[in-house]
Amino acid sequence: MGAPGLVMYEDEFNQISAVLEKLVRDSNSRMVFLVDKNGQLIAAAGETENLDTTSLASLTAGNIAATGGLAKLLGEKEFSILFHEGERDNLHINLIGQRVILVVIFDDRSTLGLVRLRVKKASEELAQIFDRLMKKAETEATVGTASPFAEITDDDIENLFSE
Amino acid sequence: MSFINYSSREINCKLVYYGPGLGGKTTNLQYIYEKTNPQARGKMISLATETERTLFFDFLPLSLGTIRGFRVRFHLYTVPGQVFYDASRKLILKGADGVVFVADSQEERMEANIESIENMMVHLKEHGYDPDKIPLVIQYNKRDLPNAAPVEELRKLLNPKGLMDFEAVATRGDGVFDTLKAVAKLVLQELKSGK
Repeated sequence: MGAPGLVMYEDEFNQISAVLEKLVRDSNSRMVFLVDKNGQLIAAAGETENLDTTSLASLTAGNIAATGGLAKLLGEKEFSILFHEGERDNLHINLIGQRVILVVIFDDRSTLGLVRLRVKKASEELAQIFDRLMKKAETEATVGTASPFAEITDDDIENLFSE
Repeated sequence: MSFINYSSREINCKLVYYGPGLGGKTTNLQYIYEKTNPQARGKMISLATETERTLFFDFLPLSLGTIRGFRVRFHLYTVPGQVFYDASRKLILKGADGVVFVADSQEERMEANIESIENMMVHLKEHGYDPDKIPLVIQYNKRDLPNAAPVEELRKLLNPKGLMDFEAVATRGDGVFDTLKAVAKLVLQELKSGK
């Protein structure tokens, strides 16, 4: 099989959320979210109520994937930062540790310089959390901690489709 | 690549619809979108050209219900089928937990089918998958057309290993949900076996 799936635990999720909350405040941005490279939303903070975060996550990952393809064609390893400027809102997107994507949406209450500065600090913290998370997931896998899915029965799967 | 979130108690999986251009991949997703309860689906996104050919991908998030307290979500993607979009196709296939190959049953599309399925196998290997192990089902679409090849012939050419396969008319919805359920079940069984 390909790369193993991403696993998120309560502790790490809370740590990640705290970093994102802080980033929203420190960078004066509207919202920030974290997406894995396959387009799954991991966490979000800020004014998320009226935004379709699922779609945002999938399009961001598509954007990063396409940009990565461009980079390879040019002989670059990656373009680690993307910036989209709009009339009202702007998007700052950066890759963290080749694994997750941090997206910041900000308007004229903030500036690109401030966002970049705060993103740098937050990215370091997030990279550390993800390192720990990967190690934890590996350990759990090798110790053979019972996955909740090991006990899924064929009936459970069947029931999912019975409606 | 599934995403298991113990914090929000969710399992997220990625399904990719692969196949030759104009074979009905987008139509599969459109039918699923139309027939799914609005509470169980998100917005469908289509990155298409002005002539409605898929340029990058279509995306449809679905929520299936819960298993053992975990909400099961599937993200459905289609790839652009046209031959020259190969780089984009490869990007979208990455991280897939399951794949549906949508074949065009028309006699004259047989070569395109074969080229596409071989192309898919190459990309799967490049992404580190074992093509014999990834959850994969085959759909023979456009069964209603007069020039549709016999299923036996399609099977011989596209499904020599006898994977689960379905006949479909995606415009009417025939076989669409059967295909989706089959691949979703294979993905969940894979999760269960703890791969």
